Amino acid sequence: MFAYYLQLGLRSLKRNPVLTALMVMAIAFGVAASMITWSVFRVVAGNPIPWKSSQLYNVQVDNRGPQYDNPPNEPPEALNYTDAAALMRAHKAPRQTLFYDIAPAVLPTRPNDLPSTANGYATNADFFSMFDVPFKYGSPWTSAEDDSHAAVAVIGNELNEKLFGGANSVGRDVTLDMHTYRIIGVTERWDPKPRYYDVYDGMQFSDDLPQVYIVFNRAIDLHVRMSGRNNCGGAPMHIDNDEQWLHRECAWIPFWVELPTRAAAQTYQEFLIAYSAEQQRAGRFGWAPNVRLRNVTEWLAYEKVVPSESRISLFVSIGFFVICLVNTIGLLLAKFMRRSSEIGVRRALGATRREVYAQFLMEAGTVGLAGGVLGLLLTIVGMQGVGLLFEPDVAQLAQVDLSLLATTLVVAVVATVVAAFYPTWRAAQVQPAWQLKSS
Amino acid sequence: MQIKPILAAMRRHKAGTILIGFQIALTLAIVCNALFIIHERMTRVSRPSGVNEKNLFVITNDWVGNLSDPQTAAQIRADLDALRQLGSVEDATAMNSFPLHGSGWDNYIRMKPDQIHMTTDSSIYMSDDHTLDTLGVKLVAGRNFTPNEIQALPIQQMTSWPVIIVSKDLAKLLFPKGDALGKQIYVTNNYTSSTIIGISDTLQSHMMDNDSNAYAYNAVLVPMRELGTGYVQYLVRARPGQLEAAMRDAPKALVAQSRMRIFEARDGVMTFAQVRAKAYERDYGMAILMGIVSVVLLAITAAGIVGLTSFWVGQRRRQIGVRRALGATQRDILSYFMTENMLIGLGGIVVGTLLALGINLWMVTHYGVAHLSGSYLLVAAIALLVLGQGAVFAPALRAARVPPIEVTRTV
Repeated sequence: MFAYYLQLGLRSLKRNPVLTALMVMAIAFGVAASMITWSVFRVVAGNPIPWKSSQLYNVQVDNRGPQYDNPPNEPPEALNYTDAAALMRAHKAPRQTLFYDIAPAVLPTRPNDLPSTANGYATNADFFSMFDVPFKYGSPWTSAEDDSHAAVAVIGNELNEKLFGGANSVGRDVTLDMHTYRIIGVTERWDPKPRYYDVYDGMQFSDDLPQVYIVFNRAIDLHVRMSGRNNCGGAPMHIDNDEQWLHRECAWIPFWVELPTRAAAQTYQEFLIAYSAEQQRAGRFGWAPNVRLRNVTEWLAYEKVVPSESRISLFVSIGFFVICLVNTIGLLLAKFMRRSSEIGVRRALGATRREVYAQFLMEAGTVGLAGGVLGLLLTIVGMQGVGLLFEPDVAQLAQVDLSLLATTLVVAVVATVVAAFYPTWRAAQVQPAWQLKSS
Repeated sequence: MQIKPILAAMRRHKAGTILIGFQIALTLAIVCNALFIIHERMTRVSRPSGVNEKNLFVITNDWVGNLSDPQTAAQIRADLDALRQLGSVEDATAMNSFPLHGSGWDNYIRMKPDQIHMTTDSSIYMSDDHTLDTLGVKLVAGRNFTPNEIQALPIQQMTSWPVIIVSKDLAKLLFPKGDALGKQIYVTNNYTSSTIIGISDTLQSHMMDNDSNAYAYNAVLVPMRELGTGYVQYLVRARPGQLEAAMRDAPKALVAQSRMRIFEARDGVMTFAQVRAKAYERDYGMAILMGIVSVVLLAITAAGIVGLTSFWVGQRRRQIGVRRALGATQRDILSYFMTENMLIGLGGIVVGTLLALGINLWMVTHYGVAHLSGSYLLVAAIALLVLGQGAVFAPALRAARVPPIEVTRTV
């Protein structure tokens, strides 16, 4: 029966070509618009590290006081050196990391190449294990190198290609801003989107992948320049010496901890409050403790990482699709009711309502399938144009993959069948006697 | 035209009527919000930067090697001299940021040293005596910096800027009476004041995010060359018609000065037109998307009206024949279908207006979009009514051509 109805459905597509073409096009446009915007949205709103997002926490400590809080009552989004170093020393979480953005000039290994700039981080050993950085060669450094302020570096796959032609470069040297570091590991291409851990520096959708990682303690010793964001709020900027520079109440060091359970997070939160209270007693903070501990999901939501453009365009596209479906309901109604006499004859010949349902839903399904196939083509074409609609940073995230193509077809067919419920119900209500009489 | 019989007939095909009405309502709601978004974005895109953007380009220069601060200062001086000596170059300056750049330094502006909350926020452009000339921004009052007022040092060694130039919008905001010249304000956090020695014509801020719209024309020029950042940005004004030549010559002239520098392949050298396109790419993207959605939506709605009305005409051929036989003219039949569509359209517009306002209100609270103005509703409503009438015309004409003889035939 299924095959027969399918055949009937396909045949009826040909029967009212204009009406059918209208429906197919409406569904195709609607589903394509929704899928294109969805493909962008699913990446920008995605969870970049689902297996761990509830165990990684961003730490905030108010080091400037409520009068500078922006938004009100919210501590700065990163720590200053004093607090970051104190929390590292306290070591109250199983793993903790701190970092700041660097962009050193990399000297070429071959004589004729030009120097280039590479982005990266001055950080500690836990960074790699907390954020699950994949390694191609070698391994991350350990806390021993952190403690000895070692001149070691981890480089990214892309920089390794550029400097060493992709060969295993572990043990070789790399020169960053005229300082030499021994390469201890090479990462695979590592690009979680959004780059949750470095939203503070606005890197959430950056396509400049981190290519160099050096030991935080050594970077501080060498005064390796920070290339990221430094928010001093209302704090005075002038300093007389380097020690003051480090301890200015400016926010520039994102700090993350890994806490395996909710209870551990609770304990850590209490530790942060106790730490702030201690700073208050010591006279450094003239205000009550104000700290935040947000996991990855909460942090991304707080930082409003999803651009409002992708949200609005997704909503508009869904609205667009709904209109297309309303349109389809109307046209299906016309298409089905036009065949009232045919239905009358079938019913008179013994077809049950159920069979009428099956036949017409099947027919709608074929319309949906045709719309889906056309929508698939439009989606693929449209994805090429995504670069026009979104910033390149965001646009290049949108990829055509099998799951997107499958979703397009399924959504088209399911939505059309759902839209067909009412017209089908009307078709099944046709009274056979009425139709036969009027003929 | 009598409306009562039309309403009576509508009751016989409620579903179709409601579907078309609903479709018109949804289309209205989305199209007028989309038009409004387009308008908002285009207004944003067309706001002036104050900069004479033609013939201007930007070189971002990363330093290689650990130059000391005095070395960097000397190199920048030499670079600027080399740039200004090029035949294709009119003037050049070094800055930390510039209008439309997106990143840079903004600072609280205060009127008193002990003031905690800011009076306003403003871009701080580290400038020299060539900055106004290079940007093509005129002074509306006061004087420019003199060469010996320019300090070259890292920001953390800066204690005060005795003199500053402010944009005229900032001047007006701080001193509504128009007496900003010579006044003292606080543009750093160091408790030292700066005297306003000049007021520039319109000058846009570097800040491009929506949260900074209120500060879009606040700019303070401070006489400083920032060292210790590892990079410098040169803004270069080419002589008229020689932009291409200047963009070719300038990097070569800099490399001839010293090879220890990097111009990133992607954005090391950019025309100001490219800067502008990059600054507003989100806005253009939104406007294009909303435009496409509106056009396709209107087309689909029109097609839907054509489809359903054709069906109704087909369904009612006999009734039309009866009316024609009883003396109704072709014009009567035509106007019947036109009026019917008009009534459905009006119903849809009433519902659609409520929906549109609802959607807008939601966007106002969630995305900081402005309130929808009535004129958008009016334009979209009229457009939809006209579209509906246009769409219904062909099937209605076919209905009008149904011959009275039809009534005598059985189907």
